[in-house]
Amino acid sequence: MDYFKGTEDYVISPELRDSVNVSIALGRPLVVKGEPGTGKTLLARAIATGLQKQLFVWNIKSTTKAQEGLYMYDTVKRLNDARFGDRDISDIKPYIKLGKLGEAFAATEQVVLIIDEIDKAELEFPNDLLNELDEMSFHIPETGETIKAKHRPIVIITSNSEKELPDPFLRRCIFHYIEFPGEQLMADIIGVHFPNLETKLLREALKKFYWIRRFDMLRKKPSTSELIDWLQALIIAGIPASLIEKELPFVGTLLKKKEDADLVASKTDRPHYAYSTSTKSRRVS
Amino acid sequence: MPVTLHEWMTLHSALALNLSGCSLTHFYHIARSILVKSEIYFDRYDMAFLDTFSGIETTDELLDRVLACLRQTRDLKLTDEEKKELAELDLDQVLKNFERQLLEQRHDKDYSSDNGGNRAIGTSGTSTQGAWGYNPAGIRIGQGISRNRRAVQVAERRAFKNYASDRTLDTRQMKVALSHLRSLLPAGQAEKLDVAATIDATCKNAGELELVWEDKVKKGSKVILFMDVGGSMTPHSRMVDQLFSAAAAQISRFRHFYFHNCIYQDLRTDMDGSSTIPTLDFLKAVDTDYKVIVVGDAEMAPSELTWVNGAVDYWYHNDKPGIVWLQRLRATFPDIIWLNPLRRARWDAVKSVRMVREIFPMFELTLEGLDDGIKYLIQGKARLHRAV
Repeated sequence: MDYFKGTEDYVISPELRDSVNVSIALGRPLVVKGEPGTGKTLLARAIATGLQKQLFVWNIKSTTKAQEGLYMYDTVKRLNDARFGDRDISDIKPYIKLGKLGEAFAATEQVVLIIDEIDKAELEFPNDLLNELDEMSFHIPETGETIKAKHRPIVIITSNSEKELPDPFLRRCIFHYIEFPGEQLMADIIGVHFPNLETKLLREALKKFYWIRRFDMLRKKPSTSELIDWLQALIIAGIPASLIEKELPFVGTLLKKKEDADLVASKTDRPHYAYSTSTKSRRVS
Repeated sequence: MPVTLHEWMTLHSALALNLSGCSLTHFYHIARSILVKSEIYFDRYDMAFLDTFSGIETTDELLDRVLACLRQTRDLKLTDEEKKELAELDLDQVLKNFERQLLEQRHDKDYSSDNGGNRAIGTSGTSTQGAWGYNPAGIRIGQGISRNRRAVQVAERRAFKNYASDRTLDTRQMKVALSHLRSLLPAGQAEKLDVAATIDATCKNAGELELVWEDKVKKGSKVILFMDVGGSMTPHSRMVDQLFSAAAAQISRFRHFYFHNCIYQDLRTDMDGSSTIPTLDFLKAVDTDYKVIVVGDAEMAPSELTWVNGAVDYWYHNDKPGIVWLQRLRATFPDIIWLNPLRRARWDAVKSVRMVREIFPMFELTLEGLDDGIKYLIQGKARLHRAV
């Protein structure tokens, strides 16, 4: 049985590792929920890399239908082809195109399937997939075929809790809520992205970062991906750690709303340069 | 905490596969991922876990001393006969052995020297205690790494307290609560091929295929919100207003009105009450299939409900008592609920809340309350509401 331990560039918490392995062992989909930027989507990629399996990505949009994931019968194309009688259209098969879920089922080896941001779709969407995910098979009435997974794919489903997922759906899944990483885990994650980062710079940056996140009034709290962008900016501009302690350079990379930047600025005694980084870079050089 | 039989069985199959590796920490994670399907219940899970497992902590500590010395060694090979012999030991005997061994070894400094024996606690042995050994009736006392982070301690931290759903809504949870409101929306219809129009257009087009698609029909739900602003409601109403103006984008026909403590003959259409419409006209003209949500603490002097000219604003004269207007509102809309930011525990202590509850189905303005209230609305249960 496959056991996922994490990969070199994906730092995984012990509780998430347990959840992933339960999901693999029981052959049940794993629902991963959490704040944006906590690495939900990357998880599936890491599992695929770690276990050396092929990855199928099904991105969900507000208009996505459950049926699209299974297969599409292109009736319009068939109708179009029928007009001139120059080809055989009696065979429906060429007009059946498998969706991502269908492809994952039809694969000859076990694969990793990610259903990304399932909460974006309509409310009934998860319920429409109940049986398919349970049995890992579905029927195509047009051709009389049944697509059945030879190896139950490892299914990862991510949700930003835009909509609540239906209870019958959740019952069949393993659930994991990714907590926002604490300082230690965050330092590990940053270490993967910037292996040669100065310890002092990292320490000061993290201190500021968690200090900002403590404001409950923020419209949008900065997440991991914003921290990484910020550090990138700090490194490129060559800003020393001592300066981060005193003020907040490039705060615009962390806080995307003017109100948030103002709020944070009001808590620091020094003026901030959120939207005039040019002033900042002059000072640095 | 809602746990279904289905999930309970899943947990057992996970345990049957020994996914927990006989570690309480792993068990804590695994049971949570299988049984708990929302982070709002994590805190309750922690409490339940503590309640069940906090008692065994002392044993854990004792074991820690033993475990500190246990190291993984070579695999053990046994003949079938030996295995059979061992299988016959019963649990009582095993436990007795275990206690005796612990007592005997209490003063030993180095457990790791006990490798491959048949009596002592160690590794690769056939005694009834230890790790990586073989004894079907044995006590396994942990193996591998990270045994020092005990699950009970993890549960004790109660890190998910903030996600508990019975707290009043805050900014983070507002976003989640919004998603509940969307369930008021019937799903929009998919695009469809208009067959008749397609045939028509294709004929006109001299047989060249011309596809005509039906327009997307999007049915929206209709929601009216009445909000109590002023006095004790001021901090809450700002929050509720934020919540619902965001929801307004989702709900196609969304109307909102304001009131102070109770609704009288004039309905405020803005927060400060400078523009109003007559309540009676509104109630006559409005479509009654709106879903109505009243948000207020219903905490006022009973006279504000029952007296003519009882309104809290001194200059405001009402010729009918407030409760009459509330009853009219209730009678107009079959689907109506009242959300109250006061804790449920306090409701019975306030006379005016009791009176309002006789008219409206009331829910707490918390994640759970909102959820229940919305479900109640959608299922049409508000029509069946009787005085409590």
